[in-house]
Amino acid sequence: MPIEILMPALSPTMTEGTLSKWIKHEGDKIESGEIIAEIETDKATMEVEAVDEGILGIIMVEAGTENVSVNTPIAILLEDGETLESIENSIESASSVNKEETLDMPQEDSLSEPPVIKVQTKNRDILYAQGIIIEPPSFDEFTSMGETSSRTGREALRDGMSEEMRRDQDVFLLGEEVAEYDGAYKVSQGMLAEFGEKRIIDSPITEHAFTGLGIGAAMSGLKPIIEFMSMDFAMQAIDQIINSAAKTLYMAGGELGCPIVFRGQNGAPGKVGAQHSQCYASWYGHIPGLKVVAPWSGADAKGLMKAAIRDPNPVLILEHELLYGQSFDVPISEDYVVPIGRAKVERTGSDVTIVAFSIMVDRALAAAEQLAEQGIDAEVINLRTIRPIDRWTIIESVKKTNRIVSVEEGWPYAGIGSEIAAMVQEHAFDYLDAPVARVCAKDVPLPYATNLETLCAPQPIDIIVKVKELF
Amino acid sequence: MTKIKKVKKVAKSDTALDSETKLSSAEAKKLYREMLLIRRFEEKAGQLYGMGLIGGFCHLYIGQEAIVAGLKSVHEPQDTVITAYRNHGHVLLYGVSARAAMAELTGRSTGCSRGKGGSMHMFSVENNFYGGHGIVGAQVSMGTGLAFAHKYKNDNGVCLSYMGDGAADQGQVAESYNMAALWKLPVLYIIENNQYSMGTSTKRHAAGDLYRRGEGFGIPGEQVDGMDILALRETAKQALDYVRSGEGPYILEIMTYRYRGHSMSDPAKYRSKEELADIKDNRDPIKNFKALLLNEMKINEDEIKEIEKEVKEIVRDAADFAQQSSLPDESELWTDILLPVESVA
Repeated sequence: MPIEILMPALSPTMTEGTLSKWIKHEGDKIESGEIIAEIETDKATMEVEAVDEGILGIIMVEAGTENVSVNTPIAILLEDGETLESIENSIESASSVNKEETLDMPQEDSLSEPPVIKVQTKNRDILYAQGIIIEPPSFDEFTSMGETSSRTGREALRDGMSEEMRRDQDVFLLGEEVAEYDGAYKVSQGMLAEFGEKRIIDSPITEHAFTGLGIGAAMSGLKPIIEFMSMDFAMQAIDQIINSAAKTLYMAGGELGCPIVFRGQNGAPGKVGAQHSQCYASWYGHIPGLKVVAPWSGADAKGLMKAAIRDPNPVLILEHELLYGQSFDVPISEDYVVPIGRAKVERTGSDVTIVAFSIMVDRALAAAEQLAEQGIDAEVINLRTIRPIDRWTIIESVKKTNRIVSVEEGWPYAGIGSEIAAMVQEHAFDYLDAPVARVCAKDVPLPYATNLETLCAPQPIDIIVKVKELF
Repeated sequence: MTKIKKVKKVAKSDTALDSETKLSSAEAKKLYREMLLIRRFEEKAGQLYGMGLIGGFCHLYIGQEAIVAGLKSVHEPQDTVITAYRNHGHVLLYGVSARAAMAELTGRSTGCSRGKGGSMHMFSVENNFYGGHGIVGAQVSMGTGLAFAHKYKNDNGVCLSYMGDGAADQGQVAESYNMAALWKLPVLYIIENNQYSMGTSTKRHAAGDLYRRGEGFGIPGEQVDGMDILALRETAKQALDYVRSGEGPYILEIMTYRYRGHSMSDPAKYRSKEELADIKDNRDPIKNFKALLLNEMKINEDEIKEIEKEVKEIVRDAADFAQQSSLPDESELWTDILLPVESVA
């Protein structure tokens, strides 16, 4: 069977070119990989290499021909034993067969008939993340709390990690100062003593590579917890978090997962300047393939930590230094796991919904107390999870209160509040008695001076003022 | 003890034939077949690209075949392998069929990543091949993590962490060297030095010698001719023994050459035709190995022809299979974003 040599495309956008020169001539013997011709486009000149071996039988397009369309037959190659005479009759049919083979490509959809793409998956987690399923994972807040003891935020985080490490030998903690120093913020206090240096590992200050190292370890079946001293430092490693951890499962057609936890101090702990104070909720919340949680209470901290470690996907835990030292009632049970994707109503109310996460839940609750004194009954939702967000809890609350204010420590542009505003108008537009309002950080790098810093971050008074604008 | 060696074409073919990595006739034919499979597959991929059936980036491995074939023949089954985007050769030798690989390149449902990865993102986890990654240098820290896992699990495995000469300049590579040396991780860093970081030649992008980049960390390094598969095997075997013995990482800089452009739309104006022609004529790893099989190992020419015929048929079949396969179902858009939580033990 003779082989047709087709005009190749040099790039995905090339449709035609000039066949400038034949290097080989009719009758020449050709080996695989040999250069047979040169092609020119407006961008470059390139060589055409033979794929198959044989004798160059017929040159169908002469040197110097312009505007030769891609995939036009330009020559016929004779294989072993074939002669020009023996193939003459079969050229026509060979040509039509080849053309059919190359036509099996997706065609551009015509503009008049846009494709209808439905979400076709049974994976509830994906449907929930996409907002196709609105109902959050079931969770009985009251019953699951059970017996509690008073623990600080950092102890709750540590308890969550330690319990999971006792339960699963594949879990280890790696980060700067997590071992001998007991954690830069003492979150991993006592863990080196209990688990030893094999599982509690001090890393050099090399966020980029130790994040990649954790991802590699996770891909081979371990369950790393990677601590960033500050989430600002994780920007050194954000390529690994997004391009490697979040996307590989998809690119591998489901073959290669990445069960890893990234955690660290997120937001402004006070007077540490613009490079140690940023909130990354909207940055990571943007990424399909990631889960992002931001605990407020000690119960959140422990329950979400355990859920994150048990999750087979990459999970970010955005912690807040100002909550590390705060005391909460924390469930004693080692089975206390807060499902990722489930918000909590911390205070019920009927007049306005305030949605917050992390340290901002404190400010929202403080604002709600003062608003109550002024006759406004606010409902406060602690988001707990940034992605996948609990749309149901927010929407059901808005249907009841008809007003909503989102509070976050991050900047306003493309923030979590922007997402909540979009979600509420999509799902509860007719219930709104006022526009969706946002309280965010001021749109500036965080200043150092106390008075300026206080101006920057949302305070209870900012929330109160914003709520009152809605009435 | 740091030992930094530079070995250029020392382990010539005849010495390698007599050494402990001495090849049987069957092994030699297997190596030839593997290298040839990669070359013919890549030539066919180039052709399908020209026909518009493969899109985007497509980084061909032609010229570098001896590296993956040689290394694979001397490491243990429990070892792990990871590389960057010039991965078709690795993919083919680590258990992905030519059909599934070509179907992935053409974005079909039958592709090894079900058409969702493409040329740069192919994997075979059951054969310990961890991809196929598109960000230059990222796979080096991940490979260091695979090595960390070998040590953590104490499974006597080594990670073969491949990179190009361009990736060797990345900051995270130096960071990885540091941790690997500090913690004595079982990782063999393999630099496939094909002389060009995209269009920038090694002498224009890299200060010093790449195999010596671990010197400050106490990581031994060595340079070897990547066009001579027997020399390469010999050196790699020793490097792997060193790493497996618990001494920590090792850097193997393998001098090679890529015949084609960086990706498909690269006319390679940054190098001369004479330079390429010289390598093809005088240093081609497949041509030279074939001559060795025929002349020194006295393998019958008919047997070689049989291999060539078989490989040609595999590649032809793979191309047909890919073109006849359907595009992924639209429902695939929404799968594999997250694993279901129930799957955790």
